[in-house]
Amino acid sequence: MSNDFRHIDGKYCLGIECTADDFGVGIAAFNGEILANQSDSYIPTEGGIHPREAARHHAEVAELVLQDAFTKSEIKAKELTCIAFSQGPGLGPSLRTGATVARALAVYLGIPLVGVNHSVAHIEIGKLQTGAKDPVTLYASGGNTLVTAFESGRYRVFGETLDIALGNCLDVFGREAGLKTKKGLPIGAIIEQMALRGEELISLPYVVKGMDLSLSGLLTAASDRLQKKGRLEDLCYSLQEHAFSMVTEVTERALAHTEKKEVLLTGGVAANKRLQAMIGVISSEHDAEFRVVPMQYATDNGAMIAWTGVLAYRYGLVTPIDESMVKLRWRVDKVDVPWIR
Amino acid sequence: MDTIDKVPQTRLLKKGAEASLFITNWHNRKAVIKVRLPKRYRPAVLDARIRSYRTIHEPQLMHEAKTAGVATPLIYLVNVPESTIIMQYIEGKQVKELLNLVSKQERYSLCVAIGESVAKLHRAGLIHGDLTTSNLIQAFDGTTYFIDFGLGEKNLELEAQGVDLHLLKRALQSTHFQFWEDCFKAVLCGYTSVLGVEFTEKIYEKILEIERRGRYVEERKQ
Repeated sequence: MSNDFRHIDGKYCLGIECTADDFGVGIAAFNGEILANQSDSYIPTEGGIHPREAARHHAEVAELVLQDAFTKSEIKAKELTCIAFSQGPGLGPSLRTGATVARALAVYLGIPLVGVNHSVAHIEIGKLQTGAKDPVTLYASGGNTLVTAFESGRYRVFGETLDIALGNCLDVFGREAGLKTKKGLPIGAIIEQMALRGEELISLPYVVKGMDLSLSGLLTAASDRLQKKGRLEDLCYSLQEHAFSMVTEVTERALAHTEKKEVLLTGGVAANKRLQAMIGVISSEHDAEFRVVPMQYATDNGAMIAWTGVLAYRYGLVTPIDESMVKLRWRVDKVDVPWIR
Repeated sequence: MDTIDKVPQTRLLKKGAEASLFITNWHNRKAVIKVRLPKRYRPAVLDARIRSYRTIHEPQLMHEAKTAGVATPLIYLVNVPESTIIMQYIEGKQVKELLNLVSKQERYSLCVAIGESVAKLHRAGLIHGDLTTSNLIQAFDGTTYFIDFGLGEKNLELEAQGVDLHLLKRALQSTHFQFWEDCFKAVLCGYTSVLGVEFTEKIYEKILEIERRGRYVEERKQ
């Protein structure tokens, strides 16, 4: 179980993250040092992510973000050893834009390309940044909600949403409630603040099915409630309590089942203090160390792709250009992770 | 009659996520106490709702499973305020371990038998809700007991039955990834012998549909 390549110096990997609304570029040294982690987000004027508009944004900012990363890291392009990119899962137009930039760079510089699974990258950067070795990971974001742990060569899925992701559930509810994104403050954070002023717990659907959970019924019920009289604060509070209790129950089951001694919380929803508190409680009850990935590495970021690129490249995994097609639905449990023994 | 306070919780059998199991003695019979302890992470109101719901429903479903022809432990006592159930201790082996120990042929027969029982539950409108191999015990007389109906429900819809089987498939994939495909095929064989080819094909389609609905599935329709 070794991520320790700290003796290798002077080798760098540039990673491009481009799966949804963020275009991120990170540069990682082979010794695990993150030298740059720059990004630019597409912010929709209304509604959720429009895939084509997001891709247009990414193409526009790609050059600037790359420049930023080179400036920040003080690394020159010709010093790079390989180019990593998020090959999936994610939105097609975004993935293709990121892949195009990555291929162009790799071909121009004459260095290998490394296709990286976005979910694996979230776990690997989380381990690097928190020092976790072999955790049960809860990865909860706008597009993903899954509980995973390493077992026999892969990150196996021990629980996941049967329908929508946790962040998606909160975002859509927030928009239905008329909440607006403010610069630097996502809808989830606004819901979190309102929930703090919640007093009454409104009964909503609680759907845990075996290891999995379902959030779509909860979203519908909470949205319907908006038509009735009542405080929005109470509804935000109730939505959070139900949704988070469900993911916490599922995470606890994985923890009890695998008997691992670390819990890693990552993804955009990891920023939520209430979710952190709940996962913290089950961690201590199972004598597991609880680690939250620092936010700049928990949301989608280029550094995680760069670092996972390093891990893969070190094991001889490269992606020939003609096999670098993006994989929109590339599940985490379909990926071999030979760098973990 | 003994009250629950007088029952010594002698030995912890398993500390699960949802409940803890203790071995005890119930009128000179070896028994299991299932205790759903309060969960500190969720609000007390929600926690009480979930625990009492599951404590009431689990024995009901276990009883109905017996009526449907599926073996479940006998219930000795239910205490809703304490979220406690006392039930028969089944002498035997968890299917989770057993699958790794037996021959290919025995594994096949075991999975066929499991498939038959799941079909019997579904035919009676019962959904187990957590079909993992840790929740199946083969008694020394060869009978396969179904335990832990805490997430179960009464439901005759194809959707619920599909999810039930999907969960079993997922459990086989994550815990028995070396031979999960053979196991699941055998489960479907057993299922077919009870509910017929036509229905099994329908439910198999449903399972695939449920999987396509999930996140990031290769086969998902665009």
